[in-house]
Amino acid sequence: MTHQPLLLRIVKEPMAVSLLSVLILAAFLVPMLNLMLPSDSAFHVPSYVVTLLGKYLTYALLALSVDLVWGYCGILSLGHGAFFALGGYAMGMYMMRQIGDRGVYGNAELPDFMVFLNWQELPWYWYGFDSFGFAMLMVVLVPGLLAFVFGWFAFRSRVTGVYLSIITQAMTYALLLAFFRNDMGFGGNNGLTDFKDILGFGLQTDGMRATLFFLSAMAVVTGYLVCRFIVDSRLGRVIVAIRDAESRTRFLGYRVEYYKLFVFTVSAVLAGIAGALYVPQVGIINPSEFSPANSIEIVIWVALGGRGSLTGPIIGALVVNYAKSYFTGALPEVWLFMLGGLFIFSTLFLPKGLVGTKAISDAFEEQRLRLAKFLRPYDYAEGGEGR
Amino acid sequence: MNKPHASNTILYLDGVSVSFDGFKALNDLSLYVEEGELRAIIGPNGAGKTTMMDVITGKTRPDKGDVIFNGGVDLTQLDEAAIANLGIGRKFQKPTVFENHTVFDNLELALKGHRRPQSSLFFRLSGEQQYRINEVLGIIALTDVHMMQAGSLSHGQKQWLEIGMLLMQDPDLLLVDEPVAGMTDAETEATAVLLKDIAKTRSVVVVEHDMVFVKSLDCRVNVLHEGSVLAEGSLDVVQQNEQVIEVYLGR
Ligand SMILES: Nc1ncnc2c1ncn2[C@@H]1O[C@H](COP(=O)(O)OP(=O)(O)OP(=O)(O)O)[C@@H](O)[C@H]1O
Ligand SMILES: [Mg+2]
Repeated sequence: MTHQPLLLRIVKEPMAVSLLSVLILAAFLVPMLNLMLPSDSAFHVPSYVVTLLGKYLTYALLALSVDLVWGYCGILSLGHGAFFALGGYAMGMYMMRQIGDRGVYGNAELPDFMVFLNWQELPWYWYGFDSFGFAMLMVVLVPGLLAFVFGWFAFRSRVTGVYLSIITQAMTYALLLAFFRNDMGFGGNNGLTDFKDILGFGLQTDGMRATLFFLSAMAVVTGYLVCRFIVDSRLGRVIVAIRDAESRTRFLGYRVEYYKLFVFTVSAVLAGIAGALYVPQVGIINPSEFSPANSIEIVIWVALGGRGSLTGPIIGALVVNYAKSYFTGALPEVWLFMLGGLFIFSTLFLPKGLVGTKAISDAFEEQRLRLAKFLRPYDYAEGGEGR
Repeated sequence: MNKPHASNTILYLDGVSVSFDGFKALNDLSLYVEEGELRAIIGPNGAGKTTMMDVITGKTRPDKGDVIFNGGVDLTQLDEAAIANLGIGRKFQKPTVFENHTVFDNLELALKGHRRPQSSLFFRLSGEQQYRINEVLGIIALTDVHMMQAGSLSHGQKQWLEIGMLLMQDPDLLLVDEPVAGMTDAETEATAVLLKDIAKTRSVVVVEHDMVFVKSLDCRVNVLHEGSVLAEGSLDVVQQNEQVIEVYLGR
């Protein structure tokens, strides 16, 4: 029934239009206010704020990726932090190679941590990461491939529900332990850090920070459009059908495992891209990104924002992480309790999340009707809904 | 029991047994259905009627026995999706429709073909397919509510929507489990007419407890009891059968 072009469909939804416009506007405005205004201007956005907001945006993309599998296909992944971290490591490896002989040991062949461990040569899996193009390919390929292989076994053996959630936790935990080991060759406990530049542009420069912010905002917009295209297609209707009545879908002749595999892999790729944008902005990637608690936190952002609506998780991630920054500064002891409290509150009182609360959805529905009347007044001339 | 005529048997079960933790839900069950036949299956609760459908549609693997479709395909080797795509449609005992989709989208999802993820990403409904959906909407009397969410339909409407989804699949064999449970008398009557009409072009197996409904189907009946066929024939004949009377009264 959705034959209109994607953009036309989105334009009719005030919530999506508002969110996307704010994101696109911010993508241009924030860097401009940072770069063009003198730092004593009231409208100047300080660089640390640019980077902080950029970090939130990568979380928003991550939340979007979890919503695609959980909100639409019913796969409660508690391991998406792993895909995020893998994308981050791929980016980190590129930036490590960019350091060249500017490290503490001045070794052009090996990253500092390998010199420290007395390694003589670069492990084979670091080959190619000198190239930006290759690294970007790995950002997409590594999380995608892991998700594909993991999903292939899990979905074909029909692991669902709680059991699937548990093995996704096990997956990220296993990776956490593996990446902690020095002999894995990813910097062990300390991870990868001391990055200098990307494509020759210094990471600490305002220009680079603004660029990363811009890319993060546009990545969220693009991620939204990709997810929207998927969920509006027939494939999207099939995955919702799987979420609501999996065995019915099988008896209609759909190979449920292939559909799950598709969304799970796409979602992991989105998470990987988010991780790759995150690492240069925070300047470090270490194994703690794989910790099971991280993956659970993503689910809380999505639940709070509203799963099964693509705007919800974006808003959820931004709101929760803003609150987190604020409260961990103001009242560090209480943040974890607040997060737990928020989760319980949202499951009990906001089953559809912030965007699904009646007050908010009513307000937007009113806007939608107004907009619809404005766009097609003749449909509404006789009164009634004009369907 | 009658031996099947090899040429026009669409479904053939031979010596099928299924047990759950030692309890025999199906016990050496043998049964065949002819092409284009309407068949009713009756039997007390727990007789194994639903289990039989589970075996045919690939949900449950039998411990032993053969399940042959269309002259040679061994269904026990296939999974649910493969069996559905061979042309076997199923309506569940508890009506199962996609509650968060509209009535229209429920039918669209059941539309024959287009089962691969790659093609479904770029799928567009053709005029002909749209026409077919509208036609089925008319048959199941849901045209007026086609934009409503399936979850908000009445129980009877859900039953009909599920039958409509079967029609969209265009199967050669329909397995219909308790289609009139929870329906009013008028709806029940209409369902009998609908199923008889469907059976003009394909084979239909109906499981039902409602004897008035089974009578109105006016077809061959199998009585299932403790996992095997107790009697077969017209409803009048099986109702005279002493064993059958004992099973129904002796409960
Ligand atoms: N998955 C299962 N595990 C254990 N026992 C089962 C399972 N499925 C069915 N049974 C048992 O097998 C027997 C046959 O069940 P079945 O559902 O086939 O009966 P039925 O003839 O459809 O009954 P009804 O008329 O109540 O629908 C019942 O005793 C039931 O409890
Ligand atoms: Mg039953």
